[in-house]
Amino acid sequence: MKYQWDFPAVWGHFDMLLVGLLGTIKLAAVAIVFGVVIGFAVALLRMSHRRALHVPATAFVEFYRNTPPIVHFFWFFYALPIVIGLSLEPFTAAALALSTQSGAFYAEVFRGGIVSIERGQWEGARALGMSYRSALRRVILPQALRRMVAPFVERSFELTKTTALASSLAYAELLYQAMQVNSITFRPMEVYTTIALMYFIVLFAASNLMRLVEARLARIG
Amino acid sequence: MATTTAQMSEAVIRIRNLHKRFGDLHVVRGVDLDIKRGERIAIIGASGSGKSTILRCLNFMEMPSEGTIELDGKMLGTERPGNGGGVERVYAEAELCAVRTRVGMVFQQFNLFPHMTAIENVMEGLLTVKRMGKDAARDAAMGQLVKVGLQDKLDVYPSKLSGGQQQRVAIARALAMEPEVLLFDEPTSSLDPELVGEVLRVIHALAEEGRTMLLVTHELGFAYHFADRVVFIADGAIYETGTANGVLKHPQRERTQAFLARFAERAF
Amino acid sequence: MEYTWDFKIVLDSLPLLLRGLVVTVELWVVALAVGLSLGLAVSLARISARAWLNGPAIAYVEIFRNTPVLVQLIWFYYAFPIVLGQQLSPFTAAALGLTLNTSAYSAEIFRGGILSIARGQWEGARAIGMTRAMTMRRIILPQVMRRMLPAFTNRAIELAKVTSLASLLAVNEIMYEGRLISSTYYRPLEVLTVVALMYFLLIYPGSYLAARLERRLAARG
Repeated sequence: MKYQWDFPAVWGHFDMLLVGLLGTIKLAAVAIVFGVVIGFAVALLRMSHRRALHVPATAFVEFYRNTPPIVHFFWFFYALPIVIGLSLEPFTAAALALSTQSGAFYAEVFRGGIVSIERGQWEGARALGMSYRSALRRVILPQALRRMVAPFVERSFELTKTTALASSLAYAELLYQAMQVNSITFRPMEVYTTIALMYFIVLFAASNLMRLVEARLARIG
Repeated sequence: MATTTAQMSEAVIRIRNLHKRFGDLHVVRGVDLDIKRGERIAIIGASGSGKSTILRCLNFMEMPSEGTIELDGKMLGTERPGNGGGVERVYAEAELCAVRTRVGMVFQQFNLFPHMTAIENVMEGLLTVKRMGKDAARDAAMGQLVKVGLQDKLDVYPSKLSGGQQQRVAIARALAMEPEVLLFDEPTSSLDPELVGEVLRVIHALAEEGRTMLLVTHELGFAYHFADRVVFIADGAIYETGTANGVLKHPQRERTQAFLARFAERAF
Repeated sequence: MEYTWDFKIVLDSLPLLLRGLVVTVELWVVALAVGLSLGLAVSLARISARAWLNGPAIAYVEIFRNTPVLVQLIWFYYAFPIVLGQQLSPFTAAALGLTLNTSAYSAEIFRGGILSIARGQWEGARAIGMTRAMTMRRIILPQVMRRMLPAFTNRAIELAKVTSLASLLAVNEIMYEGRLISSTYYRPLEVLTVVALMYFLLIYPGSYLAARLERRLAARG
């Protein structure tokens, strides 16, 4: 029995899918911004010599790196409200989960960038009489930042894909909206292929754009 | 010298009209050469003259663009009508592999397998290509390593060997296949000066055994003592050829003279 | 805040969670074993000069890398059966999706590894009469495995985390069992916390060993 494709049925609800796409972008953007802030703080804590600071920070990072994102999403939505006595909106829970998660990974990117600068650079700067802060600001960070760009972009790319998990919390990002359209049209093949294509176009374009930007940066540097 | 005059008069390799192009770059421009059994030929020339490329065509590390190579009287490859009119030569994979067991090569960069010990490197061809049993291969390999003076480095990895030692393992590896012809592509050019001697000594000892050998080298002093014949390459073709004494001490042609003049300070 | 923690529920449900663990491991083993093998084949196609091999291989890899894993799993469970004409079990769909996903990422690792092996290695092997296949098998791939081991172990760890998404297809691995128990007993806090811990205990040793391996390989140079 030959399958009767019916894409127009899906495209009739394209507005719903667009809402989903915007939802995805919104969640990703929020998570990236907050993730950077958290990541920066955690990276600093990890590089501290004080055990009281760097041990919790390391535990934080290791926890997020060794547990699946979906667990974080469910934990923030179902478990956290019990602890704080407040129920959370799907978006809030998803944003919290994704931000802390990306924070942990960004912390590694930041720390990795700085740590990868050879000792010789520090020594060269300090030998001139620079303070730790000046050396960091004028010599180390400029070089480290350049090294962080690629891994940072890579992580943000993964983060954007992970937004799809928020569908399980009934947050209206693209996958959730696809499920809604499917429940109206009963055309899973067309619906899910369409959003797969939408994700692909957006992500593929984004990654190629980033590759161009990275190449441009490499030439300047 | 161990070879008889009769043996020496047979050509083991016959090169006719060899050309090699890399895109628009015409690197080898019509080389004709007969290599007699047991002969030792040194190929010299400036960088970029095409001497290495000529050598690399002989074991098909580079595929000739034009021309024929005959090994032991048999013409290699098969003719086929090519695109755009004429004929082209194609070489089957099986034929190439067979040729390479008979024409061995020692590389400038050694190309030892880093994940295998010295003896495993030497055994590899025997096990995989000649399908020898493990014990027979091991014995044969050990023999070759003893011959190049590395009997106490059998189970050592290349990363723990000096450049000279690595190159000697590479020579043992090529010898283990018992090739009829040995090609050396600038075997000492990557070595620190103090390590060059140990490799040249090994090559000299091989020469004494009467093997057919072609040596592309910058070591003109060594070439003088090593070679029956010296071939000077310029612009991808044979510019001058003759005995070692003839070409190196009494070059007849201008560019040979100019090339050698640059080495005048080096007494040989 | 007066919350009475009740871990007894979790203890009682441990058998169920452990059963889920078995399914998690099953998914992981299947996807990794088949995915790596398939990945090698795809990488060889990707490296090939023949456009009819190269083109589809690139498309295959890019599709799996530029769409979220969850969308892939959903597609294989809900959409694919429609063209197939037959419903797939949740486990089969999840295993299929995870296997193909792993193969796409593995293909890139293999490709990078193979291309990074110096030409001289090919020449050294070919010069003693080895065929292309022999050279690949005896000389190139062993070196690729050594060199890319860190990348492969990272992929294995990532896969272990991603198996949790199968829960959304109702595959009864750890996450699914966890959610079932948590909603049955209304104890999301304890259950989800324990689930997170179980994943951590499962994955962290792998991460730790992988990091040590990476350091040791880097030192040997």
